[in-house]
Amino acid sequence: MTAACAACSVAPLAEETAKGRAQQFALPGIHCAACIGKIERGLASLPGAGTVRVNLSLKRLSVSGPAPASRILTALSDLGYEAYPLDTEAMARAHDSEGRTLLTRLAVAGFAMMNVMLLSVAVWSGAADATRDLFHLISAMITLPVIAYSGQPFYQNAWKALRVRRLNMDVPISLAILLAAGMSLFETLMSGKHAYFDAALSLTFFLLIGRYLDHRTRSHARSAAKELTALEVPTAQRVEGESLRSVRIDAIALDDELQVLSGGRMPVDGVLLSDTALLDRSLLTGESAAQTIACGDRVQAGEINLGAPLRLRATAVGEDTSLRRMAALVETAENARNSYTTLADRAAQTYAPAVHLLALIAFLGWFFYDGDVRHAINVAIAVLIITCPCALGLAVPAVSTAAISRLFSAGVLVKHATALERLAEVDHVVFDKTGTLTQPSVVVPAGVSAKQRDIALSLAQHSAHPLSKAVVTALKGATPVFLTDLTEHPGHGIAAVSAGVPVKLGRGAWLDADFDGLGLRIGTAPALPFEVPDALRPGVTEALAGLDLPAEVLTGDAPAPAKLLADRLGLPVRAQARPEDKLARLDALKAEGRHVLMVGDGLNDTAALAAAHASIAPASALDASRNAADVVIMTDGLESLPLILRIARATRDLSKQNFSIATIYNIIAVPAALAGYATPLAAALAMSISSITVLLNSARMRSVK
Amino acid sequence: MNVLVILIPVSLILGGLGLVAFLWTVRSDQYDDDQGNAARILLDDD
Repeated sequence: MTAACAACSVAPLAEETAKGRAQQFALPGIHCAACIGKIERGLASLPGAGTVRVNLSLKRLSVSGPAPASRILTALSDLGYEAYPLDTEAMARAHDSEGRTLLTRLAVAGFAMMNVMLLSVAVWSGAADATRDLFHLISAMITLPVIAYSGQPFYQNAWKALRVRRLNMDVPISLAILLAAGMSLFETLMSGKHAYFDAALSLTFFLLIGRYLDHRTRSHARSAAKELTALEVPTAQRVEGESLRSVRIDAIALDDELQVLSGGRMPVDGVLLSDTALLDRSLLTGESAAQTIACGDRVQAGEINLGAPLRLRATAVGEDTSLRRMAALVETAENARNSYTTLADRAAQTYAPAVHLLALIAFLGWFFYDGDVRHAINVAIAVLIITCPCALGLAVPAVSTAAISRLFSAGVLVKHATALERLAEVDHVVFDKTGTLTQPSVVVPAGVSAKQRDIALSLAQHSAHPLSKAVVTALKGATPVFLTDLTEHPGHGIAAVSAGVPVKLGRGAWLDADFDGLGLRIGTAPALPFEVPDALRPGVTEALAGLDLPAEVLTGDAPAPAKLLADRLGLPVRAQARPEDKLARLDALKAEGRHVLMVGDGLNDTAALAAAHASIAPASALDASRNAADVVIMTDGLESLPLILRIARATRDLSKQNFSIATIYNIIAVPAALAGYATPLAAALAMSISSITVLLNSARMRSVK
Repeated sequence: MNVLVILIPVSLILGGLGLVAFLWTVRSDQYDDDQGNAARILLDDD
């Protein structure tokens, strides 16, 4: 398929409409009802736009109908909103069926708990004999099928742990639910006085709330990561004759020739057409060292181009690319716990064995004391129910859900499930300078000729470096010229040949000039200096003022501008730091026992972002850096940085408080249970009160300023 | 006590109705955009 004609670009969209799939856009800037109304009304009049629906919780827009994406984007920017197209394929896979199942299980458990509780209240207020037995029997008929259905997540996790001979939080939970129901059924059939059906159900119900919140947090982190992936390669640069054209990824056909910018991802699998290329293949192979490949070698979708812009010929597209086949594996890797042990895991490790031991002691103690097996089992099960971690199961999920939605509304995406806990431990901050603290702005001197402007623009267009982007902005209006032999020298600049003359755009020293800053050199003529005044990124001053940690700046820049920045911000600055130097500095800080937060955006920060204890990247960062970071700030400024740290610490503090509340409640309730005084009424009260206290305490996250 | 024979099924059926209604809201995607739905009520048109 060749798409040189206008009609062909409509074809895939028409196909998409037929499939009924809507186009999706990320709208990081929306926040209120007025935004919804403005966008939905504004786009409704757009020709070709069908249903327009804004999702405020996810800050997303979906538009059905054949309207082209570029037209929608223009309309949105006319309305005053920044928007990014999202890859429909990636978003379609994001649909969350697990959350829906959990919610259904939760609803069923809640329904059953309320009904059984009504019957239990009647028993507690004095129903006796046949009436009590009837109520118990009805309770049993409601409870047994419900715990079989709603409790499944716990049984499955417990079984998974037991199979590898380990204990987790779900083992005591499953035991308590099943034993409580089994024992109550036995007591019911024997016309016994106490049945714990309501306890078994409220355990299931409260713990499912925790499980659902936990799932929401994780799926939020997952969908944040997914949204960034979807942001990355919605379009590719297709080479058509001597010009480049942006096309949607799903419109790429076999044997199309594509160009990939420095720092960009390969959109599809292909064969390299450029002479050499430097690739980061870590996504697919786990090999983190950059690899050099030669013309004719295979490249795979998702690999990152670290060197100069490269060209490739597509050999596998759509679902056939290695990236799509890897997607499932990547998702598992995201879900898998990394080496970091979370607060909840640590609590479970001490908690689970202790509970089993207590129940066993209770059983043996009572058995040897009065020799009544039935009574001893009753007490042991009461201990299991009373100690069962309703509050423990809610302690962390309730807090982190509140924290993540709080950060999301401030324009901050938390990509990693354990990111908040690691951020709370941070005690040293390392900033990158260019692109993170400062934004480059380029001033083109007055004496530059039109031809020089054209060449500078063409060179800058081929690089994703922030300075190049600033050059492109400064040279708006110039006409790009055709370049060959493009090579990007990371940290130095970009070189090419234009009409037989070598041209270079980069650092003064690399151009053999006597200045340090950015310059342009054409052939053997002396290099032309471009003035690059560093503009502080908005919010940096506020962010640094609000920061209560030691901070420093590591930059690849020359000492003079670095010194200027150091004086301006009052921070220690290390200039001319190469990527290895940054990594070495982070290792040195780690050796001192510090937990370092890395804030950076560039290609040279990627290694440091991945190596630091926690990392933050601005949304303007290169794809590679955004992938390596734990947290991505979607707004333009950095002013939310102190807020992120405060919320992370509040998350840790509130989680710990919640654990303390749960422990205090256990300290009071366990002796009563051991002594045999834990009636079903006492168990129900204790369970509800502790869970509600923990939930209320978590709500205090709202007051974190 | 004979009234129980009527009242218990009635309470179960009413609770069951609530459960079915909730399951319907889950199935029809009503929890996908809680903030948006809260904000939409403030819109003048539609």
